Amino acid sequence: METKFINTNTLPFCKGCSHTTISQNTEKALQKLGKSLLDVILVTDIGCLGIIDKAFDTHTVHGLHGRSVALASGVSAGVNNPDKKVIVYIGDGGATIGMQHLLDAAHNGYNMTVVVHNNMLYGMTGGQPSEFTPKGFKTPTLPQGASHKGYDICGLVTEAGASYVSRITGIGDISDQLAEAFSRDGFSLIEVMEICTSYGVKSNPGMKLKSLIREAGIEIKVYADNKPQPYETQEREGLPSLFSSDMLIEKEFPHKLNKPLRLFLSGTAGEGVQAAAEMFIRAGMRCGLNVTKKGSYPVTVGVGFSASHIILSPEPIQYTGAPRPDVIIVTSEDGLKFAQKLIDNATKESLLLIDDSIERPVTKAKIITKTFREHVGGRNAMIMAVFEYLQQADIIPMEDLMKQFMGSKISANKTLKRLIEETFEIEG
Amino acid sequence: MQALIDGSRLMTEALVRAGAEVFIGYPITPANNLYLFSGKRFKTFLAAPDEITTLQWMSGFSAAGKLPVTATSFPGFALMLESINMAYMMELPMVIVLVQRLGPATGTATSGAQGDITLLNGMLSGGYSIPVISTSTANDCWEMAEHALKTAADLRTPVILLTSKEEVMTQFSFDLDTLKEIKPIERKYYTGDEKFIPYNRDERGVPEFLPVSNDKHQVRYTASTHNANGILEGITPEALSNTIKIQEKIENNLDSYLYYEFVKEESSDTLLVSYGITANAVREAAKILKEEGRPVSVFIPKTLLPIPDLYMNIMSGYNNVVIAEENHPGLYRKLLFGAKAPANVHSVNTIGRMINPDEIIEEVKKHGN
Repeated sequence: METKFINTNTLPFCKGCSHTTISQNTEKALQKLGKSLLDVILVTDIGCLGIIDKAFDTHTVHGLHGRSVALASGVSAGVNNPDKKVIVYIGDGGATIGMQHLLDAAHNGYNMTVVVHNNMLYGMTGGQPSEFTPKGFKTPTLPQGASHKGYDICGLVTEAGASYVSRITGIGDISDQLAEAFSRDGFSLIEVMEICTSYGVKSNPGMKLKSLIREAGIEIKVYADNKPQPYETQEREGLPSLFSSDMLIEKEFPHKLNKPLRLFLSGTAGEGVQAAAEMFIRAGMRCGLNVTKKGSYPVTVGVGFSASHIILSPEPIQYTGAPRPDVIIVTSEDGLKFAQKLIDNATKESLLLIDDSIERPVTKAKIITKTFREHVGGRNAMIMAVFEYLQQADIIPMEDLMKQFMGSKISANKTLKRLIEETFEIEG
Repeated sequence: MQALIDGSRLMTEALVRAGAEVFIGYPITPANNLYLFSGKRFKTFLAAPDEITTLQWMSGFSAAGKLPVTATSFPGFALMLESINMAYMMELPMVIVLVQRLGPATGTATSGAQGDITLLNGMLSGGYSIPVISTSTANDCWEMAEHALKTAADLRTPVILLTSKEEVMTQFSFDLDTLKEIKPIERKYYTGDEKFIPYNRDERGVPEFLPVSNDKHQVRYTASTHNANGILEGITPEALSNTIKIQEKIENNLDSYLYYEFVKEESSDTLLVSYGITANAVREAAKILKEEGRPVSVFIPKTLLPIPDLYMNIMSGYNNVVIAEENHPGLYRKLLFGAKAPANVHSVNTIGRMINPDEIIEEVKKHGN
């Protein structure tokens, strides 16, 4: 006995509506293909067509307006089994909202067949035009008729990479055409031209579907019949933990800190501020200190300021901010501008280490000016500044910082390495 | 041994270890590190073309029996809202990590904030709840991520893991040995031979589950008001009752995902309250106040929504309650106390920067602790 996919003789559509033709021929097509009920997952959009799911004894998923193809893409990729047939019922309204999803599903080759019920208007809400309404076609809210031709969804998904695409007229037995689309792997789409018996007919008296299609220049044909490139979901087994060994830092050196030290490093994006800050905190960790590093930069990654708040502390750190840092290091004009407020609020206990190319700001902080940019260029100024600060502060061994430097990619810069060795009298 | 790490890495690793299989996302600052790490760590990783698609794909994967995760920030989250309503209604487990940044609109992508809690409270049409679990420490990034996923699977619901820029982007030294072991979730499936009723509920009000791909029973998922069979029904008593049962499932099982920290100082009549990034400033303020001989109690809710009676009971035991959060109107305070808070409830609020402990201490002292 043939599998009954539809559980009722009374489908929920108006008399004469092609939605009924599509549903009944879907059953017939699936029968021709020998599919069983649970081989099929029917995903429906919103619109008159969306209330069909209860009539189908397959798996059914009924989601949001316009999103059925995206939802079906997730179902298809999640199930990851080409033997399961995912069918999407969507109207011209849903396809207008979710155009991106149709193009995307065709582009990725998700295994599914999308059946576009194109009745050229929004039937459920009173007959408003869609982006598929053909030029000249009238609807209750557009009595003068559409001024532009409708989207060619078949052409669009063909361009996006669909494996099989056709447009048919929703009259008579269309089960062979549906079966053709259902039998394809990858993404297939079949657009079924219909006329809404409630709104389309009333607004365009005497108009016949076939002549309308002809006059609007809508082609009834197979658009694409390509070798399918079906999507296959990648399931990568045995991926390594994110806790890699290079994150682990063993205590190796002593430190001389007896209270938290809060620093603010402020320079220009692309000039190694974050790298210098990371080198600093790694060196701190190697002395058994607790550390935090909080970056600040504008939305565009490569321009403007780049700053880093860092804290080194013998005690656990809870609050990672520093409204009044103990030390402010500024290596560029961008950095000065960004650090201005902190410099204004600095007390005489604070230290400001600033490149000598920058005008000294007015502040209560103790200022030390040094030549960084001129010696090593902007790109490495903050690295030099960190070495300079740590040599003066004497809180962690310079040997420790040098070790961090040598372990970083920046040490490949031979000139910089030599300059650091000479300036700070330390071997790399 | 100490590791140099950040919250994004901890969360991603925790979610994978707990059994999350799929990460789907569209990149957005400041959630990018979660996207980056997920690409290296999740069994399946999909780059979606936008956030609506993200949530739809996740729903499809979830219907197929996988546990999906995404990470986003307000602009992306706003696009997801209708689809989150759908996933809630279909009762599809998933975790959405919401990394808060300064709004409204695109605001400032690189500035942290705590501005989304009222949105989360009202994101479902009808005012229903989705569990919102937040992080405030490194260990929270680990444990709350696990709890979020387990709650999603256990209650068949989307769960929001709420965090913010500084929590997921700040690097810090951390002892990995302090992390609790995470075991993967064991999903429960319907095993009966009788017809599977997709929204038939167990004694806890949770519907049994079968993936839409199974070969034995028909499965239906419906976003519209539906009966236990997943059939769209309109406002029939059965369908309306199903809608209410979804909410009851979230509310009645609140104890199974209730997480908070309450450090009580017996001699204190002041309670500091905060969550997320500001909880660290509150802890620091409490430490300083204690050193000064003015101890205060500290209450850090981690399950933020729905709000349990217990929170109100804890707060009612204090003459002064100071609530600190990084938004201007005092959003969580309003959720707790309504439009006008009682006179003994005080607020510390900022935007565009973290609240610092001194500001909290100043507020405490203003009210006589």
